[in-house]
Amino acid sequence: MELDDPTFRFGTEPVVHLRGAVALLGRFPALAGVDLDVDRRRIVLLRGANGAGKTTLLRALAGLVPITSGEAVVLGVDLRDDRRAVRHRVGLLAHGTGLYDELTVADNVSFWTRAARADKADAEAAMTQLGLDGRLRDVAVGRLSTGQRRRTSLACLLARRPELWLLDEPHAGLDKDGRDIVDALVRDAAAAGATIILSSHELDRSIELADEIVTLGGGVALDEGAGGGDGHVD
Amino acid sequence: MVMLTDAWLIARKDLKLEIRSRVAINQVIPFALLVLVLFAFALDPDRGLLEKATPGLYWIAVLFSGLLAMQRAFSLEAADGVTDALRLSGLSPSGIYLGKTLSVAAQLLVLEVLLGVGVAVLYGTSITGWLLLMATIVVATAAISTAGTLFGVVAAGLRVRETLLPLLLLPVLAPVLIGATRAFEAALSGTPSEGWPWVGLMSVFAVVYAVAGIFGFGPLMEES
Repeated sequence: MELDDPTFRFGTEPVVHLRGAVALLGRFPALAGVDLDVDRRRIVLLRGANGAGKTTLLRALAGLVPITSGEAVVLGVDLRDDRRAVRHRVGLLAHGTGLYDELTVADNVSFWTRAARADKADAEAAMTQLGLDGRLRDVAVGRLSTGQRRRTSLACLLARRPELWLLDEPHAGLDKDGRDIVDALVRDAAAAGATIILSSHELDRSIELADEIVTLGGGVALDEGAGGGDGHVD
Repeated sequence: MVMLTDAWLIARKDLKLEIRSRVAINQVIPFALLVLVLFAFALDPDRGLLEKATPGLYWIAVLFSGLLAMQRAFSLEAADGVTDALRLSGLSPSGIYLGKTLSVAAQLLVLEVLLGVGVAVLYGTSITGWLLLMATIVVATAAISTAGTLFGVVAAGLRVRETLLPLLLLPVLAPVLIGATRAFEAALSGTPSEGWPWVGLMSVFAVVYAVAGIFGFGPLMEES
């Protein structure tokens, strides 16, 4: 499948297709044979105890952790052939903010937006959506609270317009308003055609948001079920 | 073209970070001037020796101070998930390499000008052979920054990067130190024709490391 194959982008091919996917961290199999299919526009919640493999799975789907055996196709790209090819099409909200402390909010969002070859207008729109367009835009990131940094990271992700959103604990560090903004962004992104996979310990909120729930344990998918969202695949 | 656009984006960002953080102004430049002063104290009893050693002392001061700038260039990217963000960004690795090289080179050039003023004032060196001096500074800066950026990413992912980078880089830069010193000696002694072959040698060095960096930076960044 080609990267820009229109039959993939607008067809019914799964955005994520994993069969027996194994990923090693050193010699430890953090993913020990994961099976997972995710269709376009779905919101999928990954849940599981600490060390279940949620973060590794998200990083593997972003092309940051190599899949050593099994099948792994994301957005039509075979990760075992070339995991770098998928990276610019995914957005990963990780534990680290991915921000430069000395630069302002506007500088950071602008830099990552330009790096993704998106428009300046996308950066401005993202800052507005995350409530960063007022006095915060010219504040150095190092002076922000944890929640404000998280919102800045989300603005960087949003401005890139990724096809696949990978959100690792997106509600962490946010107040109620911030969490509501995240949920609205996720729903809007899915409605606009993106696919979202998130991990969260905020189960009440996340189950309501998700269309599907996948439970991980010991590096494998133990169970799949329906979430409380009303999403559907066209 | 994409590579050059990415390089410009990275260089601008790195220089903006340096201006905002003031690490270069508050730490690197004072350190470089301190090294010059200490050399002057050590060799003051024999002004003739100090004058003779000036080109070598100048370039040693540049190398030591430049190491701080190179370590800084990669410590910026080690913070809080930035390395992963760079990998996901879609920026070409060769563009990132060239951008970081440009940023380090710009900082080195500023440092070299200030050290040149320091040498003239502290050591009483009269500057002659301007064309050769300028060419040496430009080419040696290119050689130091192309090799330094490549070795910087090698050390970037390691916990011992602060101590490993000088160990890796200083032996590699020995030919540049020798070449730049000989070229400066030739310029200051009024025999510039003896300096130009050293400039040529350093040009080859810079081109070899630039090509190695453009092609090798991506795989090295994956491992860092």
